[in-house]
Amino acid sequence: MATISLKVEFSGGLELLFSNQRAHTVELSKSEPDKPTLQDLIDWLRDNLLKERVELFVEDGTVRPGILVLVNDTDWELEGEGEYVLKSGDEIVFISTLHGG
Amino acid sequence: MAPRICALCENARAMLKRPKTGQQICRDCFFYVFETEVHNTIIQSMLFQPGDRVAIGASGGKDSTVLAHVMKTLNERYGYGLELFLLSIDEGITGYRDDSLETVKRNQQQYDMPLKILSYDELYGWTMDAIVSQVGRKNNCTFCGVFRRQALDRGAAMLNVDHIVTGHNADDIAETVLMNIMRGDIARLGRCTTICTQGEDTIKRSKPFKYAYEKEIVMYAYFKKLDYFSTECIYSPDAYRGHARVFLKELEAARPSAIIDIIHSGEAFEVSEEVKATQKSQQTCIRCGYMSSNDLCKACTLLEGLERGVAKSGITDRGRKQLESQGPTPDNLRTIPPFKLPSGNPTIAIEATS
Repeated sequence: MATISLKVEFSGGLELLFSNQRAHTVELSKSEPDKPTLQDLIDWLRDNLLKERVELFVEDGTVRPGILVLVNDTDWELEGEGEYVLKSGDEIVFISTLHGG
Repeated sequence: MAPRICALCENARAMLKRPKTGQQICRDCFFYVFETEVHNTIIQSMLFQPGDRVAIGASGGKDSTVLAHVMKTLNERYGYGLELFLLSIDEGITGYRDDSLETVKRNQQQYDMPLKILSYDELYGWTMDAIVSQVGRKNNCTFCGVFRRQALDRGAAMLNVDHIVTGHNADDIAETVLMNIMRGDIARLGRCTTICTQGEDTIKRSKPFKYAYEKEIVMYAYFKKLDYFSTECIYSPDAYRGHARVFLKELEAARPSAIIDIIHSGEAFEVSEEVKATQKSQQTCIRCGYMSSNDLCKACTLLEGLERGVAKSGITDRGRKQLESQGPTPDNLRTIPPFKLPSGNPTIAIEATS
């Protein structure tokens, strides 16, 4: 069983869904030889940390349109989105764009 | 995935994929293209003249904070010669607006610009909290939009500015086009994509972010570490615009250029002559002097309803009939102070930066 430690940050109002806390440390495990992916993290967050209003974070299995995801400050679209394989120490940021300007 | 090289400078590593174009670029190139596109929008639309006094409608939210930052940057970089001000409207929404105003006050320090805050309470005698308690949660956004529009013009007149800029972005404008189609609002449909609106009786108002994607604004703010306030207005979840927004986000997910394409469709609309003939021409409100399509401007109509206890008289037919059955307007009714365009002398002191 491989366990990795990640830093997860929520911004743009998303933190309100996660106990009003912006920064979290997450431990993810997966049985070898499979390694945890970003999609696994999203599922895990939905099942374990999300305190309310699931539909404001995930839709059709992935993050709701309008939420930006950064992996180590890089756009997740450049890293394979949900298929990106996580490494210990990775920093994942979820930013919502869905609010007034 | 192997690290990619920036498509523009071909030097640094690509950190993001531009939602607008799909290009994979590095952070510095992203800042540059984002800022330069806004600059091009400003120049091509000939928005400003040197010496213009420009008020930035500032709410403390992402769009207006980035707008203040970019306007300041471009003003300096390209020598527009503008005098910039921050103008903020306090609608009186506890737990939302009072927090975001703290952000605007920080922005004032960070960007070194004079700030003026104008409240619904001082202007109309009603906070949004009070209005919602009378009207409920379905039509309250109508009140807020109408009151805010006038409040911005009045604040700008007090500051004696030539021009107001707001942070409306491409997503907002595309949503508005969709909303106007869905509601059959032809008058607005013909106007809503114009970048700069100017009437004889109103202050020029433009949207430099007209072609800037909301996602890019958020990315810009994040990477530049700009300070902004980010929560949904507590009264907005039931707003009609929500439908258009959800739809637009799904369209964008399937095809990112949809946002710009909808704007282009909106720009290409031309109202047919037969329909134009039925539209009302603009006049001034007989009560407060603001621009209006009828004898009474919408703000005065809404305010009268609130003051006389029939809050929905400006919104529904039933409300209107109910108000009419009450008799004529009483003489001592609270009204909005007369509106005058900037005269050349600011009538109020601005909170100067230290």
